[in-house]
Amino acid sequence: MKSTEKTNKRRADDFRQGARDGIPIALGYFAVSFAFGMAAARDGIGAFYSALTSFLCLSSAGQFAGMDVIVAGGSLIELALTQLVINLRYLLMSFSLSAKLSPKTGIAPRLVMAHGVTDEIFAISAARQDLTPYYTWGAMSVAVPGWTAGALTGGILGDILPAFLLSAFGIAIYGMFLAIILPPAREDRAVLLVVLAAGAMRALFTWTPVLDRVSGGFAIIIVTVTVSGIAAFLHPHAEDASQENGEVSS
Amino acid sequence: MNGTRLLIYILVMAGTTYLIRMLPLVLFRREIKSPFLKSFLYYIPFACLAAMTFPEILWSADTRIASFAGFAVAVILAFRKKSLLTVALAACAAVLVVERLIVFF
Repeated sequence: MKSTEKTNKRRADDFRQGARDGIPIALGYFAVSFAFGMAAARDGIGAFYSALTSFLCLSSAGQFAGMDVIVAGGSLIELALTQLVINLRYLLMSFSLSAKLSPKTGIAPRLVMAHGVTDEIFAISAARQDLTPYYTWGAMSVAVPGWTAGALTGGILGDILPAFLLSAFGIAIYGMFLAIILPPAREDRAVLLVVLAAGAMRALFTWTPVLDRVSGGFAIIIVTVTVSGIAAFLHPHAEDASQENGEVSS
Repeated sequence: MNGTRLLIYILVMAGTTYLIRMLPLVLFRREIKSPFLKSFLYYIPFACLAAMTFPEILWSADTRIASFAGFAVAVILAFRKKSLLTVALAACAAVLVVERLIVFF
């Protein structure tokens, strides 16, 4: 009896600490997701659907690329492939977190925790000494509502705001993406080359005859896999990739 | 767009993403060791976000010149390591200012 009480208290403490560490993440999420809701509204997707997407997917780049495919009327296969490639890094993060958990951790807590594997929640979870799913649950308990509420608010405002303001907000998400990729690119030449090569290759897909017939989702997949593959082959990343990944991307 | 179709799209998106996150946590208990695979996964977000940003950012606003202005401001501030929010809002402000100015020419 006594040990059960102790376990329960440990779980509650972990959860509370996770929730506390999740607050700054939730605030950042609100802003990014707000831009997502607004961009979706511009494309004619209602606030309810953007909020649902955010709640269920909990991924920034994946959601934006997915919405592009959806709005362009792409196939379900294209959509699933886009998600697979763009979100592939979560696979690595989940591997890493799985290795940190006690092998005794049951399936059910793992199933719930899996939904919360984002760049930021991964980063704080991986930094934990004794990671339990309850810590990650705590972070999710504030980060997921923040992410969802941002999309809902952005979606509603996107319907109300005048066109000239929406035109100005359209660039917000790209600004955020640049703020994610350029600071590390300044420090690491390999990252800089990856960024430049990916932009150049996507431009090729946009402006070259024949290539411009490839849909946006597939173009992103081809560019991402090709550039990352060549970079990994020519210049393997020395440090623990999983750790750094969590700090630089959103 | 038709609501049911949109819902199916969203569920496929969510399902794929969840499987990627769930399978390693449930099935495996060891970390990835291959340096190539680790590096590949490390570079993916950079390549992907860059491919999503350029050249699409050039027509993110209603006019080309305003988009260019926003792009320039975002690149400069991001290189100076300003926060996500600062970079995003400054790019929006640049677009807003340029689009308002165009009216006078």
